[in-house]
Amino acid sequence: MTENSVYDVIIIGGGPAGLTAGLYAARARLNVLLLEQMGFGGQLLTYEKVDNYPGFPEGIGAFGLAELISAQALRFGLQVRNAEVLSLDLTDKIKTIILADSVLRARTVILATGAAPNKLGVKGETELTGRGVSYCAVCDAPFYRDQEVAVVGGGDTAIEEAVYLTKFAAKVHVVHRRERLRATPVIQEKAFDNEKISFILCSVVTEIQGSRQGVCGLELRDTRDSAVSVLPVSGVFMFVGIKPNSKIIPPVVERDEAGFICTDKEMATSVPGVFAAGDIRVKALRQIVTAVGDGATAAFNAGRYIESNF
Amino acid sequence: MAGNIIEVTDGSFEQEVLQSDLPVLVDFWAPWCGPCRAIAPVVEELSADYGAKLKVAKCNVDDNPKIPGKFGIRAIPTLIIFKNGNVSEQITGAVAKSQITAAIDKVVG
Repeated sequence: MTENSVYDVIIIGGGPAGLTAGLYAARARLNVLLLEQMGFGGQLLTYEKVDNYPGFPEGIGAFGLAELISAQALRFGLQVRNAEVLSLDLTDKIKTIILADSVLRARTVILATGAAPNKLGVKGETELTGRGVSYCAVCDAPFYRDQEVAVVGGGDTAIEEAVYLTKFAAKVHVVHRRERLRATPVIQEKAFDNEKISFILCSVVTEIQGSRQGVCGLELRDTRDSAVSVLPVSGVFMFVGIKPNSKIIPPVVERDEAGFICTDKEMATSVPGVFAAGDIRVKALRQIVTAVGDGATAAFNAGRYIESNF
Repeated sequence: MAGNIIEVTDGSFEQEVLQSDLPVLVDFWAPWCGPCRAIAPVVEELSADYGAKLKVAKCNVDDNPKIPGKFGIRAIPTLIIFKNGNVSEQITGAVAKSQITAAIDKVVG
């Protein structure tokens, strides 16, 4: 069933980038619809607290921030629909968005589908997901009260989540393949000061060991001397980067080797009338504060595009 | 919460889920879990979509530690589809609705 009206803007994704695009488009009095397949907030919902978003000197709870951003967009009349996008046709001047139960049309599309945690890709990972292998410390930390766990990764997320896990776990081992962590210094300092955290550097996970009962250990290989060892833990939390949520994005939209979407500084993609914002873009700094900036820029330029082309 | 979704506890699980004549989708969740909030609207939709063919239940793992322990649940959200008292399908993490319906359709004839 094709709906008759043609939207000015359809935004795909209800994280900080998409919601901010919605806020700006609604304030510009564009006819804008945001599609989100789950609750609003995107990856924000997997964190406990946000300490680096300006305006909140004491930090703010991640859920709370997600609610505030969505409430603000809704106040200006952003229309939203809870729906999964099955496919997109972006080649014509009027873009087509196919949902399970309807077909929508729009003059411009803003892709704000975000990113998801990478898998490490080692033996045992898939089989033991949910049985000791986790990608969300806030979700699963309480299952590891007084137990020993490992965190794999050395970036901001890995180290922040390692610190969070010490609220529950008896001991947190951070396994990182390099000699030094990549995390922001202020985050590293918090971890170095925490007695429950130990660091296993220059080491990679080669296998996750366990049974139906769950994870019992990690097989590690030292990258310097190739020595193999086993770290007995009942849980392992993976924070080894992110991958783009690009399944529905057609190949006509140019992207990099990892699948992130290439844009110019105005958030325009290789396809006229199609913009991208937030973590789905090729960019150096993936943060809430940069996602909301992208969203505002994308909505502004979608408005300009409509003025010149329709 | 949608009217059709029932809340199950350690005490009511045996009767409501394991002895149910209908297949039962149980959403194991907790208030502090963001991805659980993210899929909550999807679970409500599924309850409406499948109507009388599927019972949909939520189990708060904070208030009910025994049942999640029994099924080895160490991550939430976890969705389990029970049929005739057995685990038929299990999904961990917030996933797209189409992935959940694919699992349900294997169990619900």
